[in-house]
Amino acid sequence: MSERYQTRECDVLVIGAGGAGLRAAIAAAEAGCSTLVVGKSLLGKAHTVMAEGGIAAGLANLDTPDSWEVHFADTMLGGQLINNWRMVDLYSREVIDRVYELERWGGLFDRTDDGLIMQRAFGAHSWKRLCHVGDRTGLELIRTLQDKMVHTPGTDVLMECTLTRLLTHGDRVCGAFGYLRNTGELIVIRAGAVVMASGGWGRMFRYTSNSWEGTGDGAAMAYEAGAELQDMEFVQFHPTGMIWPPGARGILVTEAVRGEGGILRNSEGERFMERYDPVKKDLSSRDVVARSIYKEVQAGRGSPHGGAFLDIASRRSAADIRKRLPSMCDQFEALAGVDISKEPMEVGPTIHYTMGGIRVDPETAASTLPGLYAAGEAAAGMHGANRLGGNSLGDILVFGRRAGEAAASSAKGLGAKPAVSEKQLADAEAAVLLPLAHDLGEKAENSYVLHRALQEAMQDDAGIGRSEESLNRALTAIGELTERSRRMRAGGGRVLNPGWHTCRDVESMLTVSEAIVRCAIARRESRGSQWRFDFPEKDARLGRTNLVARKRAGAMVVEERPLELMPDDVVTRLARSRFFDPAALPPHYAGKVPAPGPKAH
Amino acid sequence: MAGALPQPSDAVPQPGAGLSAPVDGPPTTESGLTGETITLRVFKGQPGGEMGYATHQVPEVTGMVVLDAVHWVQRNEDSDLACRWNCKAGKCGSCSAEVNGHPVLMCKTRIDTLPRGPVTVQPMKSFPLIKDLVTDVSRNYETNKLIPPFTAAPDDGTPWRIQQMDIDRLYEHRRCIECFLCQDVCHVNRSHDLSARFFGPRFFVRVASLEMHPKDILDRRDLLRDQGGLGYCNITKCCSEVCPEHIHITDNAIIPLKERVADAHWDPLRWVARKLRGSGTKAGEKAAAE
Repeated sequence: MSERYQTRECDVLVIGAGGAGLRAAIAAAEAGCSTLVVGKSLLGKAHTVMAEGGIAAGLANLDTPDSWEVHFADTMLGGQLINNWRMVDLYSREVIDRVYELERWGGLFDRTDDGLIMQRAFGAHSWKRLCHVGDRTGLELIRTLQDKMVHTPGTDVLMECTLTRLLTHGDRVCGAFGYLRNTGELIVIRAGAVVMASGGWGRMFRYTSNSWEGTGDGAAMAYEAGAELQDMEFVQFHPTGMIWPPGARGILVTEAVRGEGGILRNSEGERFMERYDPVKKDLSSRDVVARSIYKEVQAGRGSPHGGAFLDIASRRSAADIRKRLPSMCDQFEALAGVDISKEPMEVGPTIHYTMGGIRVDPETAASTLPGLYAAGEAAAGMHGANRLGGNSLGDILVFGRRAGEAAASSAKGLGAKPAVSEKQLADAEAAVLLPLAHDLGEKAENSYVLHRALQEAMQDDAGIGRSEESLNRALTAIGELTERSRRMRAGGGRVLNPGWHTCRDVESMLTVSEAIVRCAIARRESRGSQWRFDFPEKDARLGRTNLVARKRAGAMVVEERPLELMPDDVVTRLARSRFFDPAALPPHYAGKVPAPGPKAH
Repeated sequence: MAGALPQPSDAVPQPGAGLSAPVDGPPTTESGLTGETITLRVFKGQPGGEMGYATHQVPEVTGMVVLDAVHWVQRNEDSDLACRWNCKAGKCGSCSAEVNGHPVLMCKTRIDTLPRGPVTVQPMKSFPLIKDLVTDVSRNYETNKLIPPFTAAPDDGTPWRIQQMDIDRLYEHRRCIECFLCQDVCHVNRSHDLSARFFGPRFFVRVASLEMHPKDILDRRDLLRDQGGLGYCNITKCCSEVCPEHIHITDNAIIPLKERVADAHWDPLRWVARKLRGSGTKAGEKAAAE
């Protein structure tokens, strides 16, 4: 191997150092594999840290009718029944163990009067289900996993390293190529198996709660290597992001505000969610609440900066608010000069989460490529067309562990590490260094400018509401930007050069944006987070279909994959949800659920 | 305000309208321009090369934070200006820097709270410079490895019962976002090179969160006294002052730990008890000390 690269070897390479990656690394190392975790940022800064509300698990510590079966039903119904039901089944059973495990590793949770783990209400969950500590559950989770991982023999961490390509031998994934951000050195990591735990992507949209990291590198790399990306059209708008001041726009306002009793009002003071969802009201699913705010603004009843008012001040005492929502108090005070224990917050939808991702096998988290596993937001199937709050922190624990174990078992069965051709490395090197090298004069493109242009196109034409016309406009823009991206030029050198790093980000975001838009065009219906103005209803056939984007002959194609339907004895579980509506069952399940569920207490 | 909306309520909504375009301004981050200009002096350079301050005139936007201004410079005037950041919401602790000489998170420091006049941004002083506003904080991760992790008794069966009072006390320490501003400002770090013998405030908070956990059975007091260098801290409280999470680092972590260490090593009755038992301090004594 050439000295142009630093090289590392490990049994299992975990790409991403958020909750899914850390949990996968712990599992792989405990299975006896040397495990390397690679993150783009410092350890403990991954997006998991932003999760606020809690981990949904059917412990039934407060609401005794709750159980993993009800959790299963709520999650399937929230995902509009196109989730992979076997993933949801595994998830709702195992997340309970994962919560207790986290506690045994030192994670803190707020307590009930009896000293058990406290649970709070959240959107579209039948019962109080979210295990939490204040409004900082993600921080607690990542810090606990981080510490556990650091002290698990066999693990190692590479911080501030961007990976740009998966390396393959035949069709097997056997490592990755990238660069160290702080020095610009290139690195080749050879591995027996790879877990993609690289999180989601929101940075191609203008208003997002995502950090700079959410560029979709993992999905883009997997796609380039030949993996299938599934459900890419489903991008979640969190209904409550900050909208004012301008610099704060998009920053998340936790759903726990509504979980703790906060309500949404329009400019006329009306609690409008009573109109859009009389049963769940302000705690309806995120897709519904986000659309409702959008409709209120469209109807001329928006707040001064084009959103809605979120009011907790009139619902709880100031002391209560400070205790239960400390970081929200802090955030609004520091950034907006608003005391949320006295005044309402101004909020509007913000791009938050991506339900789509790498298509995986439910039990093993194996992708469609040998040697590649995926877990957490980078994987698809668990959340269907819309994720419920509290299900992401559980998802990363359950499937992070499963992916780590399966990757370890695959790596151990491998023997020698597969070879990587010199040509692959040379290609990867040329691609990553191109923006620093080529001389284009006036034709050179600035990566920041292209990023901004992509954000405009995606926000305006592939955002909360879409039509064939708007999506085609977005697709055209993506095509033009992709063309221009080949001429990106970065000034400066290789040491910590954000202009150069952004070039890579733009490439990933363009690939992922194309998948979002192509899948959104193909899904000619409205379902969950996909809202098509030109197809406002659900389509029965698409209700039993997942769409996948994959590379064929150098170009992206969208194909249909039939959904594995729930067996009859599983479908009946749906009636356990308080929000089950037999009339809303799709034709392929019609008549299979005998009795309606118990009603709200 | 609402009457100025572009569309009547019964019109078919169109993509591109509504939420992507605030009703009272153009859909760009430049909406909310105050008309003022900020003079931003940013440290630029790396060891072995030229180092100094570059001055930029940044258009001010309502509610702008220092990180917004740095991003403006990256986008418009200096694409290779390096800074760390992630969440831009005060939750990850990545964008630590010194603004007008004060250690702060750039994402939580509003320009309009600073005195008018030039705003100076420089990297944290106590850590080795990598480039521009980015320093090498890897030392902190090495320190963390020295601290034995949370350890519960294996036979302490699930589910655990813990009182909320205990959680509230621990939660203060667990709020730490590892921005390392306390490590930066601590004069033991700033003025002396004791890094191999001194954990620093962040890791005293970390140890406190473990030592005070009702289910943890280890005892880290010897470690604190010896390798941790707890005695070097002379409680000047600089760390507490800069903590963006308002953790009372000195009062609620360092002083209680100092008391525990003193109890363990200097209390004559305990000294006798230890001699009689012939062992160090164990979980029972630790619980009694609380």
